[in-house]
This record gives sequence, structure tokens and C-alpha cells, in this order.
Amino acid sequence: MKNMHKAEVIEPCEQTLLTYQDTTERVVLFNEEEVPFPDGKLIVSRTDLEGKITHCNQSFIDMAGYDRGELIGEPHHILRHPDMPAAAFADLWKTVESGGKWHGYVKNLCKDGRYYWVYATVIPNIRDGKISGYTSVRRKPSRSKVEGCISLYAQMKQAEVGA
Amino acid sequence: MIYNMTVSPDFPPEHIAGWYIFNTWLQRQLNESIHLELYNDFRQQRDAIQNDKIDLIYANPFDAAMLVREKGFTALAAPVGRADEAVIAVSEASAIQNIEDLPVQCTVASTDDPDIHLIGMIMLEPADISRDTVQVHQVGTYVLVAKQLIQQKADVGFFLAEAFDNLSSFVSSQLREVIRSQIYDIRHVLLAGPGIQEQHEAIKTALAGMNDDEKGQDVLANLSFESWEILQQEDTEFMIDLMDTLA
Ligand SMILES: Cc1cc2nc3c(=O)[nH]c(=O)nc-3n(C[C@H](O)[C@H](O)[C@H](O)COP(=O)(O)O)c2cc1C
Repeated sequence: MKNMHKAEVIEPCEQTLLTYQDTTERVVLFNEEEVPFPDGKLIVSRTDLEGKITHCNQSFIDMAGYDRGELIGEPHHILRHPDMPAAAFADLWKTVESGGKWHGYVKNLCKDGRYYWVYATVIPNIRDGKISGYTSVRRKPSRSKVEGCISLYAQMKQAEVGA
Repeated sequence: MIYNMTVSPDFPPEHIAGWYIFNTWLQRQLNESIHLELYNDFRQQRDAIQNDKIDLIYANPFDAAMLVREKGFTALAAPVGRADEAVIAVSEASAIQNIEDLPVQCTVASTDDPDIHLIGMIMLEPADISRDTVQVHQVGTYVLVAKQLIQQKADVGFFLAEAFDNLSSFVSSQLREVIRSQIYDIRHVLLAGPGIQEQHEAIKTALAGMNDDEKGQDVLANLSFESWEILQQEDTEFMIDLMDTLA
């Protein structure tokens, strides 16, 4: 996946190197500006079994800031924010791969370095009795729940560094 | 063989005649007998579905999941350009400007229309409002939802957007829209059951060509539909997955 570049990001921003589960790496740039979740909308995407994006709706594109062509076929971690603890996604994958429904609060990274919070639900798509891919639908989260996650995720990140 | 057709009870009352006209048209196209039964509420309709009394149904998206997964129905078509969107409104006099202004313990006026209720509840979540914190006043029609607001018996009301937009100007002048969903992907669909399997293709063909002749256009106009879009199985599976994530 392409590194993020200063030219595309709103400054001032910080820089870090993310290492993903599949051992690939990416330089990501992020700033402190939040994009509010659009009222009344749902952000929808689907992935294949490996987590590569196969479908996304217009709200997804509007929020993430990438063109559809930059998203389809890319791993969903294109939106991963450095403040998100790995354990949250490990739990997501464990749940959906075993056929369950996962809910959680996620901080996502936009193409321009800003971020947005969502309340996400991820489910496996069962076709002919087999998992054929995954669907995620995000809705506007409650502020109090987001505040709770900000401190929880910070603690979890702290523990990762200690490990 | 007489087939049975029904329509999701949330259709606007002014379309009752339209559905009878549609049924007459469809019978002529297929050269088959179809009996149209309209149920008063969702509970009665679900009982009929559970008892395998239905072959063809213009279904609420909420029920579509059950029909496909549990009853072996197939979605054949959906009217073009029509999605089920919800409006949350308050009385004009209310102090509420945003959803976040609502008290956690609030009173909601709603109908038994299951997808609108679901979307409405989701739009209240940002205010930490949930099933456990609200008191729901379920009433029979959207006009009665409006009345609950105007009489200040409820803090907020859930409306099918189309019904909200069609309230009389006298009623709507006493209400204020706070939020409107823009989901686009949730909509009513025409589904056919295993009992009418041998007609699925013929129905799709008839619906696909409905907009091509004057008679068909007339029938569509009586339902305020433009035309039908023929659905692939995956279109419906996608909507059902989406409903699953919201349930
Ligand atoms: C359907 C689906 C949707 C997902 N949506 C997101 C998302 O919006 N943001 C995100 O950071 N990860 C999302 N993930 C998780 C990513 O696949 C990935 O696990 C995560 O970004 C962490 O990256 P890594 O596991 O590759 O290290 C989603 C996964 C699935 C299956």
C-alpha cells in the first residue's frame, strides 16, 4: 500500500510507521482534526475473505476521502488509525471468522490525515452455508461512548508498547 | 391453482385500489389466478406467512430477511428509485434542535412499521438512547404519530419520510424535522415463494416490461411507481446482510 504523503494531508500532522497483521508496512500521517459523522447516514463496505474491499457506498467514499478506485481491492486497513489498538481488530476477525457478529467503536483515518469515529458492526456474509466475505455498517456513535473508548484504547496502546 | 398475494401493511391507504389493479394486471400477464389479501397489521401478515399462506408479497425490508432465510422466498423486483427513509420529528414548539439534545429517557411515538422503527431507533443512538431507556407509544398511523407530538404526548416521532412529506400542511406546520435518514439501500421488495416457483421467470419478464406499454404505465402510476428493477439474488442478500447489521 502506498505511503501517505505530506502533499495530501492537512498540516500540522504527525508521522508514524504502521505494521499490519500481514507484516506489510505503511507510513501514515495524521492530525488532530475530527470529521463529524454525517447525520442520518450509514457507512457501508464489504470485503472478501482476506479483508480486501470489494464494495463501498458513497458515504464511505465521502468520509474516507479516497476515490472508489483507490479503495476497491485494497486491504481495509487503509483506514487504520495509529490510535487503534491491535487487540480490537484481533477480536473483530476472531468473531467474524467464526461466524459471529462484531460491534465496536472505531477511530478511522482519512486520506487527508483527519479522523472520524464510528460505531461499527461487522458480519460474515453466508452464501450456500459458507462465509463468502464480510459486510460492515457504521453508524453515528454516542459521544459518551467515544470518550470512554478514547481512554480505553489509549491504555490498550500503552500495554502494547510495554509488551 | 390459485396463488395468494399480499402487500406489506405499511402501504399508503391511497394505494389500496392500485394494488387491486396491479393484481388484475398480473393475473392477465400470467394467465393465472391470484387472490390479493391485505392484512391490517404486520402481526396478522406474519401469521399468514408462517402458515405458508402467501406466494407473492410486496414486503417490508425487515420481513424480507425472514422470508428469504426461513421461508425460501426469492426477491424478484423492487420499484426503481424508492428507498425506505425515516424522519425523526418533534413538535414545532419543542426545544429539541438536535438528536443530542434529547433526554436519555424520552418518549417516542412510532408505528408498527418495523424498518422505520429500527432506523428511527438507530438515529437516536448518538444521544445514548436505547430500547432500554425509551418509552414507545405505538400508534396505528403516521397521522397519529403527528398527533402525539402536537399534543405533547411524545418527545419525538418516527415517520416514513414519504408519509411525513405527505402530511397535510396544517399538520406539518405544527411539526419540525430534526433528522432524515439517507441510507438508500433499504427498500421494499417483491418476493415470490416456493409455491409459485414455476412463475418466477414469467413474473420477472412481465414486471421488466411493465413500463413499455400504456396499460402497464397506468397500473404503475396507480402505485406511484416509475418502473420495476429486476433484482439479482445477491442484491437481496446484500440488503438482508445490511438489515442484519442493524438488528
Ligand atoms: C468488513 C470489514 C470492515 C472493516 N472495517 C475497518 C475499518 O473501517 N477500519 C479499520 O481500521 N479496520 C477495519 N477492518 C479491519 C481491518 O481488516 C484490519 O484488521 C485493521 O485495519 C487492522 O489492520 P491489520 O489487522 O491489517 O493490522 C474491517 C474488517 C472487515 C472484515
